[in-house]
Amino acid sequence: MLATAIIVFREVLEAALVIAIVLGASRGVAGRGRWVLGGIILGALGAALVALFADAIAQAFTGNGQSLLNAVILLLAVLMLGWHNVWMSSHGRKLASDIKQVGAAVQAGKQTLAALLVVCFTAVLREGSEVVLFLWAIAASGGQEYGMIIGGFAGLAVGVAVGALLYRSLLFIPIRHFFKVTGWLLLLLTAGLAAQAAGFLNQAGLLPTLGSSLWNTSQILSQQSLLGELLHILVGYIARPSGIELLFYGVTLVTIFTLMRLVRWHVNRPRTAVAAARGQTETQVSG
Amino acid sequence: MLRCFTILALFAGMTVGAAALAAEPTTAQLTIKNRMFTVQELTLPANTKVKLVVENQDSIPAEFESYDLSREVVVPGHSSIVVYLGPLPPGKYNFFNDFNHAAQGWVVVAKPSQAKTGE
Repeated sequence: MLATAIIVFREVLEAALVIAIVLGASRGVAGRGRWVLGGIILGALGAALVALFADAIAQAFTGNGQSLLNAVILLLAVLMLGWHNVWMSSHGRKLASDIKQVGAAVQAGKQTLAALLVVCFTAVLREGSEVVLFLWAIAASGGQEYGMIIGGFAGLAVGVAVGALLYRSLLFIPIRHFFKVTGWLLLLLTAGLAAQAAGFLNQAGLLPTLGSSLWNTSQILSQQSLLGELLHILVGYIARPSGIELLFYGVTLVTIFTLMRLVRWHVNRPRTAVAAARGQTETQVSG
Repeated sequence: MLRCFTILALFAGMTVGAAALAAEPTTAQLTIKNRMFTVQELTLPANTKVKLVVENQDSIPAEFESYDLSREVVVPGHSSIVVYLGPLPPGKYNFFNDFNHAAQGWVVVAKPSQAKTGE
């Protein structure tokens, strides 16, 4: 029963932390609850379908179907998170000031809610399908139905509780800095997901390894430990990374960060130009 | 347009990598029976890409997983899946059945000089 609870907890944790950060990143946006919930429900339905067709998926692409599916799902999440972050880099400040002034849900920020729905969908889909298959395996091996049900729900409850704790903690951050912090959290999360996608493409034989186990920090911080697991989900910590995982992590991090900076610069520049022009006109008028 | 750049940048790395694909590698076999691995140690050659076929002889699903190798793949009942490993430097790499943590195993990669004594 405890073993069941721990395994379900580990799967649920990943989805719960992603959703917590997404909820943080969409703070104050009107209707976000509906979108996030929609993503979770669609993800659960999708997870059931993936579990149901696990055989067919595993056999697809000469036994690589599942790795490819995971990679595609992860890359989809990476794109959506990247878009959201780039969008927020130019709108975050306005959103923060709007939320401060209105004190209630604002209309701004709704543009990327669909992207965040997709992110929640992919998180629940990936982890949920494993939970379904695992519980099925336990149930089919027989003799511990009650233990399985209790363990499953306990794992689910604790996983959701940790996610809720992360979200609650985020809310302590002053609104001025809030979206900057969630932006960084999303950026690191996204880079970690990209590294995971690289791992799946590599295990499917589609990408070169570029060096296995480039270093090994599992003695210092094992990925099996709770902290190792948390850091793996949140910032993409890998104790024995391969070259391709590092490359995907780095390229994603630098690409999104650069785009965020470019967009912010692009948005700020015309405004300063207009302000400068206005200043000039005023000087001329007064002169 | 910026979105297109993101997509391009992300996939550029992938295409470069895909072009560098090696020839069909060495094959190894791992079997899961009664939710356990039939062997605890899987000896593989050093610095060689290996195509590992994991067969699940049970009727219930298992999951071949390894933190050390960054590998994670569900193996449905009565079926086989493919996982590529390496090229791995000499060392020991833990793997397990994520659906039954009692099932643990090690990929053992010997130093090249030792591994090639049989040739």
